[in-house]
Amino acid sequence: MVTIRYAKDNYELEDGQSVLDGLTSHGIYIPFSCRSGVCQTCLMRTTGGTPPEKSQQGLKDSLKLQNYFLACICHPTEDIEVALPNDKDVQAVIPATVKNLTLLNTEIMHVALECHAPLNYRAGQFINLFQNQTLGRSYSLASLPHEDEYLHLHVRRLPQGRVSGWIHEELRPGQTVGIRGPGGDCFYTPGDAEQGMVLIGTGSGLAPLYGIIRDALSQGHSGPIHLFHGSRDLTGLYLTEQLRDLVRQYSNFNYIPCLSGENVPDGFATGRAHDVAFQQIPNLKNWRLFLCGHPEMVQVAKRKAFLAGASMKHIYADAFNVSQSS
Amino acid sequence: MSQQASLYEQLGGEAAVNAAVDIFYRKVLSDDRINAFFEDVDMDKQAAKQKAFLTMAFGGPHNYTGLDMRRGHANLVERGLNDTHVDAVIENLGATLRELGVKEELIAQVAAIAESTRNDVLGR
Repeated sequence: MVTIRYAKDNYELEDGQSVLDGLTSHGIYIPFSCRSGVCQTCLMRTTGGTPPEKSQQGLKDSLKLQNYFLACICHPTEDIEVALPNDKDVQAVIPATVKNLTLLNTEIMHVALECHAPLNYRAGQFINLFQNQTLGRSYSLASLPHEDEYLHLHVRRLPQGRVSGWIHEELRPGQTVGIRGPGGDCFYTPGDAEQGMVLIGTGSGLAPLYGIIRDALSQGHSGPIHLFHGSRDLTGLYLTEQLRDLVRQYSNFNYIPCLSGENVPDGFATGRAHDVAFQQIPNLKNWRLFLCGHPEMVQVAKRKAFLAGASMKHIYADAFNVSQSS
Repeated sequence: MSQQASLYEQLGGEAAVNAAVDIFYRKVLSDDRINAFFEDVDMDKQAAKQKAFLTMAFGGPHNYTGLDMRRGHANLVERGLNDTHVDAVIENLGATLRELGVKEELIAQVAAIAESTRNDVLGR
């Protein structure tokens, strides 16, 4: 008899019962629709144990690696602990000490954090950083677990932003904050090393992309990697020297800074980052896409990339939604 | 060909659905007659729905009932979903299968399954 642990209670599965049937038969609400492992409505995640391979059919690689599975076709042979994708309580808040704060440009702060407990993350995922027990915001990770000692965040100061304003104005090195995470499925997955990659980011959307690029390069990705980083004017770009160093170091890496404002100097592409990208690479069949930053850009670029031939399962996106109560 | 092979098996099962889903969804999004009904902000969820629909139309495993179909499309019917839109979807479905080199007789069977949901989808 296999036991499923969910929300701190144990449920025994009857023979042949799926995790979905087992939980719903006890009156637990799990969203579902097709009950055939197709529609992905009953997406869940194991927080203890590994889901059977068969229960992960059709999921994106980045979801599989994070132990997501479909409850309706999950017939585990061992005990597992499971959670819904948005069950936040499965992750504890852990303390982290601020090691460094440096402005990357006029509005983006580089924040380096030393975690008091090991954080198992992938470059490009995000964490939540808390100003106090109830007020927190999501920030993407630009660091690499194996190369960087600290967690690196790029925090853009938003007009009337409560947490970003606090980070820019009041936070000091040596202070300890609470963080929770990681989350998100926008990261590099090994395999298909020759596949071409297009990364498009606006503003501090460069943070996850900078992590993803270095992760891919350090894992020996050999296909072409094109980064399009967009801003209105020159002051909005950052890490340009580090990125140009990477271009010199790796022949398959290409960096295209894009400016959508006027008076664009030499060495920069004119136009919005996603427009420039789709102009330069009009056919995206078999390419892997990473889209990060302004929600509207991410939504438009996702649709365009798909219509330009990219497969849905090869499009990874992270929209930086601004909290309504910013 | 074996007489026992189901339509789903003849089409190639889940691999065939996977091959068809991007092509079909791309056609639907590019079709101005119907793309307004598919403008879900969450494209991943929308693609999963397309996959569930194709699995059903290919004669594959599913547990959808007529009632599910009615509930699932009620808000679209309120927004004006009618026979011409169902026609367009079935047309795109056929074009997708033709692009994948599926035989006309199998395409007709798929179209017939899709056709059988018409009244439930349109809530009548």
